[in-house]
Amino acid sequence: MNSIFILVLFPLLASVAVLLVRQDAFRNIIVRICALTTGILTLFVVCRYFKDGIALSFENRSAIDTVIAFVEVFIAAYIIFAGIKNKKYIVSIFAALQTALMLWFEFTQKHGIDVHSDIVFDRLSAVMVLIVGCIGSLILIYTVGYMKWYHIHHEEYKERKSFFFSVIFLFLFAMFGLILSNNLTWMFFCWELTTFCSYLLIGYTKTTDAVNNSFRALAINLGGGLAFALAMVYIGMNFKTLELSVLTAMKPELAVLIPVFLLCIAALTKSAQMPFSSWLLGAMVAPTPSSALLHSATMVKAGVYLLIRLAPLLSGTSVGKVITLLGAVTFLVSSIIAISKSDAKKILAYSTISNLGLIVTCAGIGTQESLWAAILLLIFHSISKSLLFLTAGSVEHQIGSRNVEDMDILMQVSRRLSGYMIVGIAGMFLAPFGMLISKWVAMKAFIDSKNILTVIILAYGSAITLFYWTKWMGKLVSNANRKDHVKHTFHIDEEIPIFIHAILVVLSCFTFPLISEYVLVPYLSGLFGPSVLMPIGTSDVNIMLIMLSMLLILPISFIPIYKSDRRRIVPVYMAGENTGDNESFYGALHTKRKVKLHNWYMESFFEVKKLAFWSNIVCVAIILVGVVLLIGGIAK
Amino acid sequence: MKLVLNIIVIIVLAPLAGGLLTGVDRVISARMQGRKGPSVLQPFYDVLKLFQKESIEVNTMHRFFVYISLIFVIFTTVIMLLGGDILLALFALTLGSIFFVLGGYASNSPYSTIGSERELLQMMAFEPMILLTAIGLYYGDKSFFIKDIIAANVPSIVYLPGVFLGLLYILTFKLRKSPFDLSMSHHGHQEIVQGITTEYSGKDLAIIQITHWYETIIALALVYLFFAFKSPFSHIIAIFACIIAYLLEIVVDNAFARVKWQHALKSTWVVTGVLASVNLVILSFFR
Repeated sequence: MNSIFILVLFPLLASVAVLLVRQDAFRNIIVRICALTTGILTLFVVCRYFKDGIALSFENRSAIDTVIAFVEVFIAAYIIFAGIKNKKYIVSIFAALQTALMLWFEFTQKHGIDVHSDIVFDRLSAVMVLIVGCIGSLILIYTVGYMKWYHIHHEEYKERKSFFFSVIFLFLFAMFGLILSNNLTWMFFCWELTTFCSYLLIGYTKTTDAVNNSFRALAINLGGGLAFALAMVYIGMNFKTLELSVLTAMKPELAVLIPVFLLCIAALTKSAQMPFSSWLLGAMVAPTPSSALLHSATMVKAGVYLLIRLAPLLSGTSVGKVITLLGAVTFLVSSIIAISKSDAKKILAYSTISNLGLIVTCAGIGTQESLWAAILLLIFHSISKSLLFLTAGSVEHQIGSRNVEDMDILMQVSRRLSGYMIVGIAGMFLAPFGMLISKWVAMKAFIDSKNILTVIILAYGSAITLFYWTKWMGKLVSNANRKDHVKHTFHIDEEIPIFIHAILVVLSCFTFPLISEYVLVPYLSGLFGPSVLMPIGTSDVNIMLIMLSMLLILPISFIPIYKSDRRRIVPVYMAGENTGDNESFYGALHTKRKVKLHNWYMESFFEVKKLAFWSNIVCVAIILVGVVLLIGGIAK
Repeated sequence: MKLVLNIIVIIVLAPLAGGLLTGVDRVISARMQGRKGPSVLQPFYDVLKLFQKESIEVNTMHRFFVYISLIFVIFTTVIMLLGGDILLALFALTLGSIFFVLGGYASNSPYSTIGSERELLQMMAFEPMILLTAIGLYYGDKSFFIKDIIAANVPSIVYLPGVFLGLLYILTFKLRKSPFDLSMSHHGHQEIVQGITTEYSGKDLAIIQITHWYETIIALALVYLFFAFKSPFSHIIAIFACIIAYLLEIVVDNAFARVKWQHALKSTWVVTGVLASVNLVILSFFR
């Protein structure tokens, strides 16, 4: 049996095993072991096949197809039933349509379509497998620690921990399958399975909010899934193939662009791009680790992964232009909206949408430089965003709030935790860190491909990004000392995965030239020919690495200075009315009044509600233009 | 070896030039206001005196950020004046500025926090223009390296007039001049006391002054890039252009009252959007 096969099936096995175990302590051990095994398997598979890649074909394909069809029908029946029960009929309709279409295709049209390789493992799959396997298993280990406290802090929710862990393992199975499948039928199955898993995770707490949001996520993603199914049927009937690699090797003619457009729509729904972004914002009702999973390792990354695969067909075509513009608008608007939010998870959600917008833009442009940036963005975003979500979860346990305004005491509560959070934020936008390197290359790619509009959008967008991250960081370093706070301990089973994440953020920045050399350049050479080079010159890379080292060394080098140069500490200046504790001042009539320092949100300045509404309209219009362009192409 | 020597010369000379400019600025401003004004070397005396004063602080953290900020601003100056990658230099500069902002937050004092918020707002306002300037300069020789930009066949100002005007607009932010001196100001009429610098004293305040000198040189270096090209004579013109730009900023500083933040942000984004973007769109159409 091939190790890839084991890697894909192991999480499925773990999922079943975890579901059956009811005893807490025992299950925690099993989850940890399974997560560790998944991580090790991931590393093993990547090491084993990294150099040459592999394409696998299955003898008993039709048997697997039948099993898949059977499971699909089962899931569809569940969704249809749940939709009717909760009066969300749109979900039932989507599920019914999809399944009918698939069954019709499977049993009447599929004869004579030959698939050569069902599973393809190349450098891009290697990157994705690493992200899903490593980040996913780290999140799982964190979840063990997190869920211990979750139900103590939230007694109102029914405890369904084994279900929760089981779904996460199922999610990893679906993601592995999705990444490795070259056979579109299998990919579609995994695609729908991720949708279904996200529905289960979002609805975990079973509150009205959770149920509504889970159905919204289900509706939007099933809509995307329908587009995927249509694309697949179209490809199967017109080109007599069901292989992604065959599709991407075709010439971008009109007949090919129609299914590509449908697949792009599916990818956009999954990656929560405007106008489909509302489901990801609703997804934050779920426990934090599942948000971390949805935002970093799984779900949304599936969408951009598909777009990066399709990029050769998007480059220079009308569909590509539509996708580029859509991504750019999403990038700009969601970063503006992020300014107006104070809930940490909301800020993270908008920043995810905005960063994915940038990846979508890069994929839509589809030149070698832009794809280089896109893949790098995907890697760095996964690590940093996962770190941020995990720290946000722990912060919520520590200070009982996930409002950024309350995080000014975090330094007092846990210096280490706020340190990790600062590393995560720095990873998202600061100079020598990964996201900025990729943004830099993206900018270069946009200029070289003459997309001046996206260049301008990127310039504005980066400035806005800087604003909302820095003001968050400002709260973290502000070191307020309020005395009304109860001390908690930062548990070791939460800290270990967070610590590893923080190391990964820094390490990935140090090793990005290696990532480029061994992953990006070989993968892109396969697409564009042997002339691919790293878009950043060696001298610049060196300077970047010097900067990164400076950032690491400087704080440490200050310790001796602090020891030798002790100074007088005075109260902060409050126009002479500080009561002496830095927390309050003497107001009118000499009454003590608390000092409250707030960040700026500028909600009315940007007219956020209006902006969100109109940008959704604009994005719908852009998609319609794409449809019109395609129809116009057919008529010609 | 030569490289090390160059770096040392830059690190020493840049703040001296920046300090002198500030001194000239103070003399000219005084004359415009009908005063005699201090000596040209006054900024240096000020800084030397600050170094001798007792440094007090409100907590042990906030001075750290000022020093890091200085280091990255020096780093930027060195990259720029050695002819390095302009985008990279600007990223390093942003890093330095962010540390400065964080210093304001770290003191957890009302006035510095307001100053930090405003500084951040200013950065959001001028950052697009700065980036678009770098991108505009890239069009000349398809290189982000300053040594290539100043070796081009035509000066950048010829095809980047809009971008240059936009840069002049945001230079006011960079030089901390009225009407855009929201976060801290050398004028005495600020309602937020000394903004970010409220809680700094002694050595730390001196360091902030020196950082500003470096930043002045960086800002003027951007102006320089628009005029310098292959011909050696052009470098003299470029220096003149820098001096004129600086004089212009002094006049603007004395002629305008500080604006509200809404106006500062909106006007800068509109100016960037109109002047720089239109310029770049036209340019990308022809090239």
